Amino acid sequence: MAKIEEYASLVGQAVIDDLRLLGERLKGKVVQHINSTPVGGGVAEILNRMVPLLRELGVDTKWDVIRGGEQFFNVTKKFHNALHGRSEEIVKRDFEIFMETSQQNIESIDTYGDIVFIHDPQPIALIKKKTSNKWLWRCHIDVSDPNLRVWEFLMDFIVQYDSAVFSAPAFSRKLPIRQFLIPPSIDPLSDKNKELSQEIINSVLKKYDIKKDKPIVIQISRFDRLKDPVGVIEAYLQVKKYTDCQLILAGGTAEDDPEGFKVLEEVKEKAKKDPDIHILLLPQNDLEVNALQRAADVIVQKSLKEGFGLTVAEALWKAKPVVASNVGGIPLQIKHKYSGLLCHSVQGASFAIKQLLSSPAYAKKLGENGREHIKNNFLITRHLRDYMLLFLSLYNSEDIVHLC
Amino acid sequence: MSELTGLRATTLGQLLALIKEVPGSCIYHHTHRFLQQHQFISPEPPNDFAYWITDILGEDELGERLVSVDIIQYSTIRDLREKIASTIEVYLKDSPLSKLKFARSGEEFHFIKSVSFILPTIYIAYDLNEFVEVLKKITIDSIYFHIFEARLRLEKPTNDFAFWIENSLGDKKLANKISSFDPYTSTLEDLRNNIIQIVEKRIIG
Repeated sequence: MAKIEEYASLVGQAVIDDLRLLGERLKGKVVQHINSTPVGGGVAEILNRMVPLLRELGVDTKWDVIRGGEQFFNVTKKFHNALHGRSEEIVKRDFEIFMETSQQNIESIDTYGDIVFIHDPQPIALIKKKTSNKWLWRCHIDVSDPNLRVWEFLMDFIVQYDSAVFSAPAFSRKLPIRQFLIPPSIDPLSDKNKELSQEIINSVLKKYDIKKDKPIVIQISRFDRLKDPVGVIEAYLQVKKYTDCQLILAGGTAEDDPEGFKVLEEVKEKAKKDPDIHILLLPQNDLEVNALQRAADVIVQKSLKEGFGLTVAEALWKAKPVVASNVGGIPLQIKHKYSGLLCHSVQGASFAIKQLLSSPAYAKKLGENGREHIKNNFLITRHLRDYMLLFLSLYNSEDIVHLC
Repeated sequence: MSELTGLRATTLGQLLALIKEVPGSCIYHHTHRFLQQHQFISPEPPNDFAYWITDILGEDELGERLVSVDIIQYSTIRDLREKIASTIEVYLKDSPLSKLKFARSGEEFHFIKSVSFILPTIYIAYDLNEFVEVLKKITIDSIYFHIFEARLRLEKPTNDFAFWIENSLGDKKLANKISSFDPYTSTLEDLRNNIIQIVEKRIIG
């Protein structure tokens, strides 16, 4: 894993020096992150990078994971879908299951941090253990139009936190606690985003039996209905009538997502008649994801809802032209017709893909602008700074804080 | 960093009402955010109100009037807020149909406020030579703070660089040069390069 000094070549030494200054202001504080899975999904991915880097900056950072059985994660997946506005049948027993597992975690997890940083709804009930320490709740989900029954259930917990953090302005609502906007980030030096040689890219394509004889359109995402993989196939089929191309749908599943394999089967069924559609169930292999993104001519993220959509930042960092839905945190990353193309439907996605495949110079310019935007706003160094400022805000309530 | 307020507007009338009542830190955020987010080239008009009114409500004329509000002329957020509010008020009076337009779900204007943390960095300059070397090294955030935030948010008479050059080095001519250009019309990297060029020219004589 890259050390903090290695980022200086990308963002400048002064940025790293400033991060160290902020780290010094947090000396003596223990920051304890708690989430529901150590691998898979965006939250675990970010924490895997953030925790060692925060430690290197002098912030005593720990990471604990709650426990939960299949029943619990089925319920939290339902909550997740419902918070994204999807219709879900949620019954009283679901809330009971949630509280039973939460109670076991309340009894077994030691919340020793000076700052306890809870990620997403799964561990939210741990707030019952709050004493004089500071508690943060980080919502990584698009809650712009949530199922109110679930949201109100969570609100009983949220209001007990010191502050909440959301990834996009549209997710905020009036709360009696402070709430901050902190979009997530990508790590430019990780296996998923670092520069790769053409040999590595070619070897990954060979491994999955993908020939570079026609343009590659790709969506890399968990097999999840909210990522609309079926919609991507429909958009591709419309493009294919006019431009010969191939589609790759690649992704894995997360430990806390029991629905993933079911969706994968539906996608395979939809794709089985077209030999130019490649469905890849990737193991946790970031280098392969990186290579596939770099091999693509157009990268798609046609999500129906999106907490943030880090795959868009990953694609733009590689200066690739992107077609993505205008949902969640995606419009923060893509300014339409400047750093990518936004869409609202299958038809819109297919039109945008066609446009990019037939106008390579335009596609290139969008990709270049996108990379610059990601460099300025969505790299892990910005995220580290925001988190340290967030921790400092717990001890300073003013709008202008002088740290001498 | 950005603090969310949960306040949102879907019409011009709601936007105006909230502009009048939100904290000054919100007005500051929505007239300065673009500077830090687009450091090299800027695809957006220089304030969020103008962008939303033009792109979401389709009121191009009012958008243009707000884009051209000369922020450098205002020495306090209070004055800037009044100018923005009165520009919208006059437009609403002259174009009553604009009251009927509203943003689609998901395209509302969300009010955000800026929270600033000010801390000394490791970089110190005692003369122009050191100053120009430090200017080349410091983060864009430091440039931003000394040019924009010090003047408008901390209500200093000019930007920090011009103030220091005049009062500590006694070079009024150079100070005037640095305080005379409009920093809102360039990106932060261009601004850094402009100041470096002006100071280097002065050093050579």
